[in-house]
Amino acid sequence: MSFLDELGSFLGSANNRSQILGDLLEHCYLALVPLVAGVVIAIALCWLGRTWRPMRGVLLAVANVVYTIPSLALFVVIPSVIGTKILDSINVVVALTLYTSALLIRPTLDALEAVPQQVIASATAMGYRPARRFFAVELPLAVPVLTAGVRVASVSNISLVSVGALIGVGGLGVLFTDGFQREYFSPIVVGIVLTLVLALVVDLLLVLLRRILTPWERASASARRAVPA
Amino acid sequence: MGAGIGFRSKGGARMISEIGDWFSDPANWRGAGGVPVRLIEHCAYVGIALVLAAIIAIPLGLFVGHTGRGATLLVGSGNAIRALPTLGLVTFLFLLIPKSTAAAIIGLVVLAIPPILAGTYAGLQAVDNDVVDAAEGMGMRGMQRLWQVEVPISLPLLLGGIRNAVLQLVATAAVAAYVGLGGLGRFLLDGLAILDYGEVAAGAVLTTALAIVLDVVLALAQRLLTPRGVRIAVKARRPAAKEVAA
Repeated sequence: MSFLDELGSFLGSANNRSQILGDLLEHCYLALVPLVAGVVIAIALCWLGRTWRPMRGVLLAVANVVYTIPSLALFVVIPSVIGTKILDSINVVVALTLYTSALLIRPTLDALEAVPQQVIASATAMGYRPARRFFAVELPLAVPVLTAGVRVASVSNISLVSVGALIGVGGLGVLFTDGFQREYFSPIVVGIVLTLVLALVVDLLLVLLRRILTPWERASASARRAVPA
Repeated sequence: MGAGIGFRSKGGARMISEIGDWFSDPANWRGAGGVPVRLIEHCAYVGIALVLAAIIAIPLGLFVGHTGRGATLLVGSGNAIRALPTLGLVTFLFLLIPKSTAAAIIGLVVLAIPPILAGTYAGLQAVDNDVVDAAEGMGMRGMQRLWQVEVPISLPLLLGGIRNAVLQLVATAAVAAYVGLGGLGRFLLDGLAILDYGEVAAGAVLTTALAIVLDVVLALAQRLLTPRGVRIAVKARRPAAKEVAA
């Protein structure tokens, strides 16, 4: 029970609580800004890949290499590439944006390519120009696959942010380095639990978002697949 | 030497010359803290953790994929482990089992299990039901069907899972240097501690190179180990797959 006492006294301090809340908010910022930026970049790049075919192979190759770079290595090299300070939180944001877009390129391309030719042909026949057709027809149909990728990226971002604590910017990760240096379990356990809860909440929100963005799926499900989607 | 931390860091050209200086200093290649030893250490952590994780994850994935029992639990717990923060897990285990390499290795194993499990399970899921029925119709027993039909067909996805696990392990082993583990992460963290940016960048280059080399080797293995029949089937299925997705 000594651990629970320790945990109680750790959380009992108002100072610790406000510190943890600050870390949690920073963690959200460091994980979610790159998620949104990464989705936008991946969609933009995939649009390029769709309109200009040679781009496709280049995109996949670059995405593969970026995704291979170990997180800590990327975190420490980014400052000298983009010329920021090492302790600047923008480094973590840029690194995670790179990972998110790299992770999303393949599923987004696959999803866009899975849009049936006859749907694209119908949209063209209805007078949709390529750009409008992309955003109004092709992209919405790619949403289910895209959200599956975004869910993976969000879990991975939320877990990776804490590595940033090793270069001084890590949201809840600061609780791990802090607990390690003081040989003190409570901050570490609180940090792990809050990271898991954050990942779960964001995941549920993404599932909800997917339902909102794909109303036709519910309609066709309630029609018991009488008409193939 | 690099006093750049905290100040504005230097441009790319300066960084490259510092990395060059670091690599050309023979002192960085000798002894227990030299590049060869650190590289071997890093590979050893990755190798040991990979083998242990595979011993746990492959049979479990085969069991669940073959019998279909516990699939929801498996997918759910796999996702939960993926959300575990690496650094949190490693520091937690290190305090639990004080001052031991075992703690870091256990952390690595835990993180390598989900990708292998997911790959094994997804591989078996990808086996066409008609193929399983055909094998059964030919009189194959459960185990025969598993080893002679389901495993060979699922091999590409299984190896894909192992590839993901290796990437995860190379990255995490570097992070685990924080709790005192050797390996290439030492250059990154020791360099940061003494504000030697050349060493930090050299560590980043070495870790990234190791990850890319291992990934390429495994991609080749994935291609070589895929049974010829499966390769033909995948090629034949590809144009049709787009139709099905409609």
